[in-house]
Amino acid sequence: MSVPLTLLGLLERKPGHGYDLKRDYDTFFSRGKPLPFGQVYATLGRLARDGKVVIGDVEPGVGPDRKRYVITDAGATEVDTWLTEPVEAEPHLQAVLFTKVVLALMLDRPAEDYLDTQRGVHLRRMKELTELKRTGTLVDAMLADHGLFHLEADLHWIDVTVARLDALRQVVRA
Amino acid sequence: MTLLEARDVALSFGQTPALRGATLSAQPGEIVAIMGPSGSGKSTLLHCLAGILVPDQGEIWFDGQRIDTMNESRRSLLRRDRFGFVFQFGQLVPELTAEENVALPLLLGGVRRPAALRRARPWFERLGLAGLERRRSGELSGGQAQRVALARGLVAEPGVLFADEPTGALDTLTGEQVMDLLVSSAREQGTTVVVVTHEARVAAYADRQVVVRDGKVNALVTA
Repeated sequence: MSVPLTLLGLLERKPGHGYDLKRDYDTFFSRGKPLPFGQVYATLGRLARDGKVVIGDVEPGVGPDRKRYVITDAGATEVDTWLTEPVEAEPHLQAVLFTKVVLALMLDRPAEDYLDTQRGVHLRRMKELTELKRTGTLVDAMLADHGLFHLEADLHWIDVTVARLDALRQVVRA
Repeated sequence: MTLLEARDVALSFGQTPALRGATLSAQPGEIVAIMGPSGSGKSTLLHCLAGILVPDQGEIWFDGQRIDTMNESRRSLLRRDRFGFVFQFGQLVPELTAEENVALPLLLGGVRRPAALRRARPWFERLGLAGLERRRSGELSGGQAQRVALARGLVAEPGVLFADEPTGALDTLTGEQVMDLLVSSAREQGTTVVVVTHEARVAAYADRQVVVRDGKVNALVTA
């Protein structure tokens, strides 16, 4: 889903080795589901192939040489676009939103603005579903309710996160 | 064309700033939801727009008139004749029957009692309250009382209906019925509505939502 973009975001913060990226990813984003090393290197390989990262210094060591990955302008543009654009308003977005918020804080981007934009997108969808409820059948209303309750839960999460941004900023930038 | 507007409004309670340069406008017939966390200043903004509070700085305009510089008696008349109100707990007069409560703004405006009650009664059918006209507020459920309060807010066909957490004391389903009736009735009459709520599901009934945070208004891009 957002693993390649998350790794790119971590590289925008500072160039790093695959091991560093996996460690930071697991610390902030994996939530008990560590990213396999194989996926880290396969992703970095694809990002290099697509010109989003380049390989910088290679450090010899015990075992295979350690490659240091550096984000390119194209990669940085992709991260910026991804962070700036709100996610489509569908339920169960917390994982994506959480990743965006943490990365935005790490990169000193306006996380609150992103959350406000996301709030607007959620409310627009809630407005559409509310109109469907008002004009549709009972079945329409019940289906709309399901979406509305989940979107409302996302909005609660957005509100609480906005209130905690300063504290979260300190944690992720420590 | 703008019907109601707050321009760069600031207001403090003692040393505590509640509004710090809040700006908001509403068009005729528009339904605007003011959202925000507790203590953000959203109810204070509603009270300024409604002429209940006078800001320390900034301007409030309604229908081409600046109302924050009016004296209290003129603002009081304006509230009675041009504005309607719905609050969280209905705030019906317990000594009056439901139909007398609905007729109250008309009676206060000088309409004679029989005529005021004649105008009040159709609202009971319209809001699903038929048969409850003679009940007192203590004999009504929360949802019924809030619908009576809604009828009272709209009976005099105000230019603006101000609703402060109108569903805050109701369960989800009853709250949605009240919002549905509020929106339908306001649209039928062409009444502008300013609704303060912390609930996204309530705000979703509005044409436009804004968020008040730290005493300032942030527009949301929802269209």
